[in-house]
Amino acid sequence: MRFIIYLAVGFFGGLLGGMGMGGGTILIPALTVLCGVPQHLAQSANLFSFVPMSGISLKVHAKNGLLDTKDIIWTIVPATVLSVLGAIFVQGVSAGTLRMGFGLFLCVLSVFQFVSAIRAAIDKARSGAGRTGGAKKTGAAR
Amino acid sequence: MNGIKNKAILCACGCLVGIVNGIFGGGGGMIVVPLLTGVCKKPPLVAHATAILIILPVCLASAMIYIFSGQFDTELFLSVSIGVLLGGAAGAKILNRISPSAAVALFAIVMFAAGIKMIF
Repeated sequence: MRFIIYLAVGFFGGLLGGMGMGGGTILIPALTVLCGVPQHLAQSANLFSFVPMSGISLKVHAKNGLLDTKDIIWTIVPATVLSVLGAIFVQGVSAGTLRMGFGLFLCVLSVFQFVSAIRAAIDKARSGAGRTGGAKKTGAAR
Repeated sequence: MNGIKNKAILCACGCLVGIVNGIFGGGGGMIVVPLLTGVCKKPPLVAHATAILIILPVCLASAMIYIFSGQFDTELFLSVSIGVLLGGAAGAKILNRISPSAAVALFAIVMFAAGIKMIF
């Protein structure tokens, strides 16, 4: 039963992740808040589950020519080094503190995501209106 | 000169992504995608795809640390990984068809509520 619940939670996390809405950021709270998984273990599960999924996605993206590797090494190297240091550091942090920190991180991230989504919607509405205006002009010229 | 400035920004963002990903066990992608679209001027689809390439070694390295520190549960890891794999495939297919601006905004509100619940 536990297996099926985790599978379902993973599916929803993956679904949102695949849609570009940040899979891990919802998978971790779903595991801790809904399923009672300890904070560190939930984070570990999220990191682990990302590897096979991203491996397959990358294969598809590479085939579609969507990977642009120019200069990304400048991000990959410091990110990898600091993630190892961060992971070592966090092993000594208590589950309660980490959970609180994660909650705060989630709030900041969601505000950021909300604002950029609204902005994207406004941009889209504007460019849509621009196009309609253009069409009208063309109509008038005729 | 501009190239050096860009590399410095990429490097600084890399540091931030690493710290966040190592400490919170995820979320790095949410920083990388705007970095790639904003600073590197890559189109959104390319940014999303390339972000995965950047995050993969980062996740792999920090996952090793977590697992070697004893944060491992076979049943949990197996079931979640299969679920994420299936969900990810389904989500990627949906993304090609819908424009999720309203969904993202709605989803952000849910995330905010979850964050508040975790703080208190």
